[in-house]
Amino acid sequence: MREFFYDFSRAAIALALVGAALSSCARPDAANENGKTDGEIVIENKGSDTMVNLALVWAEEYMTRQPNVRLSVTGGGSGTGIAALMNGTVDLANASRSMKAVEFQAARARGYTPQEFIVARDAIAVVVHPSNPVNGLTIQQLADIYTGKITNWQAVGGADRPIVLLSRESNSGTYVYFLEHVIRQGDEQSHLLFSPETLLMPSSEGISAEVRQNPNAIGYDGLGYVTPDQKMLGLARRDGDEYILPSVEAVNAATYPIARPLFIYTVNEPTGAIKAYLDWILSDGQALIPQLGFVPLH
Amino acid sequence: MSERANWNEFLIGAVIRVIGFSTIGFVILIFFFLLQQGAPALTQTSPGEFLGTRWYPTLELYGMLPLLLGSLLVTATAIVIALPLGVATAVYVREVAPSWAREILKPLIEVLAGIPSVVLGFFGMTMLAPFLRETLNLPTGLTAFTGALILAYMALPTMTSVAEDALDAVPKSYRDAALAMGATRWQTIWRVSVPAARTGIMTAVMLGIGRAMGETMVVLMVTGNAARMPTTWNSLFLPVRTMTATIAAEMGEVAAGSAHYHVLFFIGILLFVITFMINLAAAPAILAKRRRGGLR
Repeated sequence: MREFFYDFSRAAIALALVGAALSSCARPDAANENGKTDGEIVIENKGSDTMVNLALVWAEEYMTRQPNVRLSVTGGGSGTGIAALMNGTVDLANASRSMKAVEFQAARARGYTPQEFIVARDAIAVVVHPSNPVNGLTIQQLADIYTGKITNWQAVGGADRPIVLLSRESNSGTYVYFLEHVIRQGDEQSHLLFSPETLLMPSSEGISAEVRQNPNAIGYDGLGYVTPDQKMLGLARRDGDEYILPSVEAVNAATYPIARPLFIYTVNEPTGAIKAYLDWILSDGQALIPQLGFVPLH
Repeated sequence: MSERANWNEFLIGAVIRVIGFSTIGFVILIFFFLLQQGAPALTQTSPGEFLGTRWYPTLELYGMLPLLLGSLLVTATAIVIALPLGVATAVYVREVAPSWAREILKPLIEVLAGIPSVVLGFFGMTMLAPFLRETLNLPTGLTAFTGALILAYMALPTMTSVAEDALDAVPKSYRDAALAMGATRWQTIWRVSVPAARTGIMTAVMLGIGRAMGETMVVLMVTGNAARMPTTWNSLFLPVRTMTATIAAEMGEVAAGSAHYHVLFFIGILLFVITFMINLAAAPAILAKRRRGGLR
C-alpha cells in the first residue's frame, strides 16, 4: 500500500510538471488576440508585486466604467512582467524599475519597440521594529548597514543589538532600485553589493512579518506596503540634513531621498483599447493612487 | 468464456504495465528536459564561476557554493534530528506499544505526512522563528536550524513508516531466540531487532534525506534565504539559502533563455543528481530487504 503511494506521488509530480509545461506552451498569444473577439476585449496585465494592488484598483474601476473590457492583473515581479510581455503572453507589464538594456535588446530582437509610461511614483520606506529607538539614518549610514560595514545598532545611535538585514528577492524592482540608489548611491562604476548576510524575503509580507516581531530587523519596501505596526525611519541625503519621513508630500516636494517612478510597458505603440486604458490611467486614474500610499504624477 | 477472461487478464496487465513504465518514462523525460535547459549554463557563463562564493544572479555572479552548502547543512541537521526520533517511534509502535495503541498510532503517523508544507512553513515563520529567536537569543529566528527542525518533522512520518516496516520484516524467531536466551525486552530490541533491521533503517534515512533535500516551501519561508557561506561554527543558527529555495524564488521572475534561467536549471540538475545518488546508495539496502521479504 505504501509503495503504491510513493509511486503515485511520483507519478502525480511528473504529471504536474508535464501539465505545467504543456499549459505554458499552449498559452495563446494574448497580444494578437485583442480586438478579434467581438464585444469583449481582454487586456492582460502582469508584473511588479509593488504595483499589483494599484493595478487591481485601476482595473476594477476601469471595468465598471467600460463593461466590455476585461482586465486580468497578476503579480510576480517586474522581471516576470517584462519577460511575459516579450513572450507575448501579456499586453501590459507593470515594472517598478526601468527596463534593462539587455531586456530592451531582447525585445528589439523579437521585433518589438517597447514603450515606457510613467504611471505613478513611489517612496521606498525604511522600516524597523516599533521598539527601535533609532529615528533617522543618512543614506550613507543606510548603505553601510546594507553592505555589512555597520553590523550593530549601537553604531547609528540604537541599542547594543545585531542588525538583521531584510530585502526583497533579487529580481524585485525594489531590490534593484535600492542597490543602485542607496548602496551604490547612483554611482555606475560602483561594485558594492548587498551583504551576503542579507535575508531575501520572497514577499512584502515576509518582510513586514519579520520587522513586526524582530527588534533587530531593518527592512525596506514601497510606502504602500508599510503597515502601522512597523516604524518608518526618516532619511537624510547627507550628514546634517533633516531626517525626512516618507509621505506623498515629501515625494512631491522632492525632499525624500529615495522615491522612484513606477512604469507600465507595452510592446509597441499602444492602440485601441490598450491605449484608451493607459490614457485613462494617466488622467482620471491618477485620483485613485493616493489611497494605496503611492504618489500621483500631478 | 475462458478465452474472454484471458483477454481481460491480458488487457488489464497491459494497462498496468504501461502505467508502470510511463512513470520511468516521465523521469527520463524530465531529466532530458533539465539537461536541455541546464546545459547552456555551461557555455553562457564560465563554469568555474559556479564554485564561487557569491550568489548575486541579477549581477551575473553565479557562485553556487553557498547554496550547495546551505542545502547540505539544513538536510544533514534535519536527518540528525529525525533519525533517533524516527527509529524510536518505529520501535515503540512495532515492539512496545499494545496492539490498540498501534492501530491508532500508525494511521496518525501517516496523516502527519499529509500536512501541506506551506502550512508548516507559515507555522515556522510566525510561531517557531520568533520562539527560537527569543529562547536562543539569536539575531533572527529565520535560520538553518529552524528549517531543519521543520524538515525533520516532515521527514519523520516517512522514516518511521519505513523503519517500522523494516522491524516488521525481522523474523519472529530472532526475538524468540533472544528472549529464550534470557535477554530482556530492551536487550532484544537494541541488540537484536534494530541491528537486524538496519538495512531498512538505512533506507528510511535515505528517503528522509531525499525528502529534506527536495523540500522547498518550508525552507523558502523559514531559513531567511541569505546566500552566505555557512562556514562559521554558528552557521546553523544563522540564515542560509538552499538550492531549492533559490530555484523557487527566482524561476518565476527570470527572463526565459537568459544565463540566469539556464543556471537555475543547472541547479535543478545538481539536485536531481544528488537525490539520484542518494537513491542509488539506498538501492542495495532496499533490494536486500526485498530478498528477505518472503517472511513478511
